[in-house]
Amino acid sequence: MHSRKTTDTIAAIATAMSSSGIGIVRISGSDAITIADQIFKSKKAGKTLREVPTHTIHYGVIQDGAEVLDEVLAVVMRGPHSYTAEDTVEIDCHGGVLMMKKILETVIKYGARPAEPGEFTRRAFLNGRIDLSQAEAVMDVINSSNEYAMKSSVSQLKGSVSRKVKKLREDILYQIAYIESALDDPEHISLDGYEEELLKVLEPMIADVEHLVRSADNGKIVSEGIKTVILGKPNAGKSSLMNVLVGEERAIVTDIAGTTRDTLEEQIRLQGITLNVIDTAGIRETEDVVEKIGVSRAKTMADEADLIIYVVDGSCPLDENDAMIMELIRDRKAVVLLNKTDLEMVVSQEELAAKTGQPVIAISAKEETGIEQLEQTIQGMFYEGKLDFNDEIMITNVRHKTALSDTLASLKMVRQSIYDGMPEDFLTIDLMDAYEQLGSIIGEAVEDDLVNEIFRKFCTGK
Amino acid sequence: MPNLEETYDIVVVGAGHAGCEAALACARLGMETIVFTVSVDSIALMPCNPNIGGSSKGHLVRELDALGGEMGRNIDKTFIQSKMLNESKGPAVHSLRAQADKQDYSRQMRRTLENTDHLTVRQAEVTEIMVEDHQIAGVRTFSGAVYRAKAVVLCTGTYLKARCIYGDVSNYTGPNGLQAANHLTDSLIANGIEMFRFKTGTPARVDKRSIDFSKMEEQFGDERVVPFSFSTDPESVQKEQVSCWLTYTNENTHEIIRGNLDRSPLFSGAIEGTGPRYCPSIEDKVVKFPDKNRHQVFVEPEGLYTNEMYLGGMSSSLPEDVQYAMYRTVPGLENVKVVRNAYAIEYDCINSLQLKPSLEFKAIRGLFSGGQFNGSSGYEEAAVQGFMAGVNAAMEILGREPFVLDRSQAYIGVLIDDLVTKENHEPYRMMTSRAEYRLLLRQDNADLRLRAIGHEIGLVDDATYEKTLQKERDIAAEVERLESTNVGANARVQDFLERYGSTPLKTGATMAELVRRPELNYFMLTEIDPNRPELPEDTAKQVDINIKYEGYLRRQQQQVAQFKKLESKKLSPDFDYSTVGSLRREAVQKLNQHKPASIGQASRISGVSPADISVLLVHLEQMRHGKND
Repeated sequence: MHSRKTTDTIAAIATAMSSSGIGIVRISGSDAITIADQIFKSKKAGKTLREVPTHTIHYGVIQDGAEVLDEVLAVVMRGPHSYTAEDTVEIDCHGGVLMMKKILETVIKYGARPAEPGEFTRRAFLNGRIDLSQAEAVMDVINSSNEYAMKSSVSQLKGSVSRKVKKLREDILYQIAYIESALDDPEHISLDGYEEELLKVLEPMIADVEHLVRSADNGKIVSEGIKTVILGKPNAGKSSLMNVLVGEERAIVTDIAGTTRDTLEEQIRLQGITLNVIDTAGIRETEDVVEKIGVSRAKTMADEADLIIYVVDGSCPLDENDAMIMELIRDRKAVVLLNKTDLEMVVSQEELAAKTGQPVIAISAKEETGIEQLEQTIQGMFYEGKLDFNDEIMITNVRHKTALSDTLASLKMVRQSIYDGMPEDFLTIDLMDAYEQLGSIIGEAVEDDLVNEIFRKFCTGK
Repeated sequence: MPNLEETYDIVVVGAGHAGCEAALACARLGMETIVFTVSVDSIALMPCNPNIGGSSKGHLVRELDALGGEMGRNIDKTFIQSKMLNESKGPAVHSLRAQADKQDYSRQMRRTLENTDHLTVRQAEVTEIMVEDHQIAGVRTFSGAVYRAKAVVLCTGTYLKARCIYGDVSNYTGPNGLQAANHLTDSLIANGIEMFRFKTGTPARVDKRSIDFSKMEEQFGDERVVPFSFSTDPESVQKEQVSCWLTYTNENTHEIIRGNLDRSPLFSGAIEGTGPRYCPSIEDKVVKFPDKNRHQVFVEPEGLYTNEMYLGGMSSSLPEDVQYAMYRTVPGLENVKVVRNAYAIEYDCINSLQLKPSLEFKAIRGLFSGGQFNGSSGYEEAAVQGFMAGVNAAMEILGREPFVLDRSQAYIGVLIDDLVTKENHEPYRMMTSRAEYRLLLRQDNADLRLRAIGHEIGLVDDATYEKTLQKERDIAAEVERLESTNVGANARVQDFLERYGSTPLKTGATMAELVRRPELNYFMLTEIDPNRPELPEDTAKQVDINIKYEGYLRRQQQQVAQFKKLESKKLSPDFDYSTVGSLRREAVQKLNQHKPASIGQASRISGVSPADISVLLVHLEQMRHGKND
């Protein structure tokens, strides 16, 4: 027996994002169809998704108010006959990654919330849509995707953003703790005149969060781009290449203070495509990368990378380092650079292509020749759909943005409550919401922060 | 060797605030109950502060009263000053606190115990618990007498291996020099119970005649006293009150303290127990907050028939001579004479993670516990746990479901859930910030929240319950009336609004809409509301709060609905979490250690992640489907 429960409505981009492919934004939950109806305008005048039969496809556009975003196909599937057994709408769009993201944001604006990783699958299972024999596998998926998402969403955050968020949280927690300690011990701690003080710190906080929301709009808070690793034996010319790419006038370079312990990323923009080049333990300072970081690390990095650039020193014979790297890049997305064409060559382009099965480009990092060809090759791979964005990044960005917008709304609510003369204990409700929202961005749970802060910062008690 | 042997339904060990409530609840539910105390003269003793209630503790007392406990009625009979704290703040944090006449408080509680049917009061030290095959069988006293019982409730407070310390003086006694209980700990450990050692402290009591009150600020009680108990007639508590007094420490005081820190057992290491952060000794405060150049000292009477005054804010374990010197730097205390020294006390208590939410030991059926023994602090925290433990002991014997309140129902639920779920390394004190749904868990609506439950348990009689039902109906009807009563934009209304600085009406509005305006409230609107029914003041107050804060209240109700979903998914205490694939090792370890009662409780265990909860949810569903198929 199936009882149809009311569920909140979730949305996510359901297909891997590449710049070429068609993408699907999936909405599932009690309000899926209502939400879709608000933004989907059928080509046939007057047709609404509410009225159409289940399992039908409709042609139209996605609109946010008057603004038309994209031409799409909308697929309506009513529960329980859908993947999640809930009412589901899938929006097939073809306007590229940024458009999909924009459509997802619009869906969220109209009342859905970003799905947690694995949430569609979880709902499908809980609603009895997945066979019992698959349960173990489902649990693995949920677990790993959750952990992955937490890890990636935190590590994708730019250092400057995460520092800002941390600072905001500290400031908010201090205010909550102050109010709470006064409520707890009114005879020791007074709130006289406190609201004016709070307003003074609230205004800059609101401005900061507004700035972050705007940054999120421009996609600036997570490091989006193609995760790129440069490999090569010592003295192959990796750092020269890096310096050429970084040093070029048309390349925009940003230092991303790593949130992980030991990597620093250089962001390089090549004609609209962003490469996040992982500076493997200081690629620019030392040449002995493979030796320094060890084979297993190199392998891990190759595993994590979306793109590997393998630099070969064409002026000396291939050795065991090269053999190791060639083994590593087999069946991965890679570009091979035959470097040092300015010197006498002992390795040929054909030989490399045969051995690696990857495109080979002859360059001279020293004389800066062949760089343009490299760029065109990478561009080509991207537009042919051979290179994918990490699809978590886009979703992460939407989730962060939602959290930031909610934070902003909560802080504004605090300000409004002060204007309305609400008692102080009401202020902590919205301050706490803001604190928790910000925590979800940097992946920190609340636990007993507040009680600890009260005891640490304020002298209360008998 | 022949020995005395008796049989009861329930044995309660200890007659402090937890023990009294436990014993009364059991006996009132018809259980033949015996309560042991090391001294019948110390029943419901208040060995520390001379008051009941205060922020969040006042909530506990009112909740206890609504459920059918005794503390509220007892303080209404014996208070000598009463104050509603936080009156200028929101209704959720209003909190009642009353100064007690300590001796009278004890005496009245003792009288109640002595005159309750099915209840036997017995002076003896319980030295052993008797356990047969993981089931409690009774207790043995120091004399060797055996008391068989189906359930035992341990409420030993701070008496287990108690040690009182000031300076280098240390006595193996309970509070106030009372006999400590030195044997029971060994029996508990022998039965596999894990013990902690906690520490707390109390300030000095000084002679009223030696105080110069002219140098202090007088602190009065409220003009109109609100009783603690919902059953107390408000008119009966309007009586003459006594004052408390406020003075301050200063740099001289702090200099003396700093100069003698090496003689403090807290800093010298002579005290090993963990003390509470919220109840710091004066030496702690001076060390931790060096920037504060003064700390408050509340001088509070201990009762009407004694000259002893309590020095609130100056709890200490410094040596006697240092105590004297520091008191005498405080304005008004220049010539003070000490009656009893301040001291720190160390005692044995349990790791409360060994308890189920019903306060029964997971490992020993029929053994329950409450109060400071569970690692809490405070009379009120103790009383509510004693009550819950007592009721659950009775429920088990009666074959009824365990009685558990969740975090959305009561502060009592928050308190017990914290104790049985979170690692606790200091005496636990209630705070309003610990309650997630504070707006709903107000002291003013404790009766509306809990009377029905008290009635169902059998500790609230029909007539009392009917009164609460009537109140509920009155509130609903009046809210409905205000929502549907239209106020025209006529001259009388506009004039009224103008007088209160409120925007004039353009078109009509409902009465409720006006109540919601920040600058107005239900009571002010009487003037323009001719058809208003005559309602008791507490009913009218509910109407005002329900309308005024409707948006916030609804928000919390939605959060509660979310919370309840996870809370209602029960987990078996016998479940082995290592059989669930995909759970992280840390989670398996924590879950097997805690054996949470529900998914909700599991989600609050530190070290269990949201991903682990998803896995558990899926697993539960899997089990359910498996059974059905």
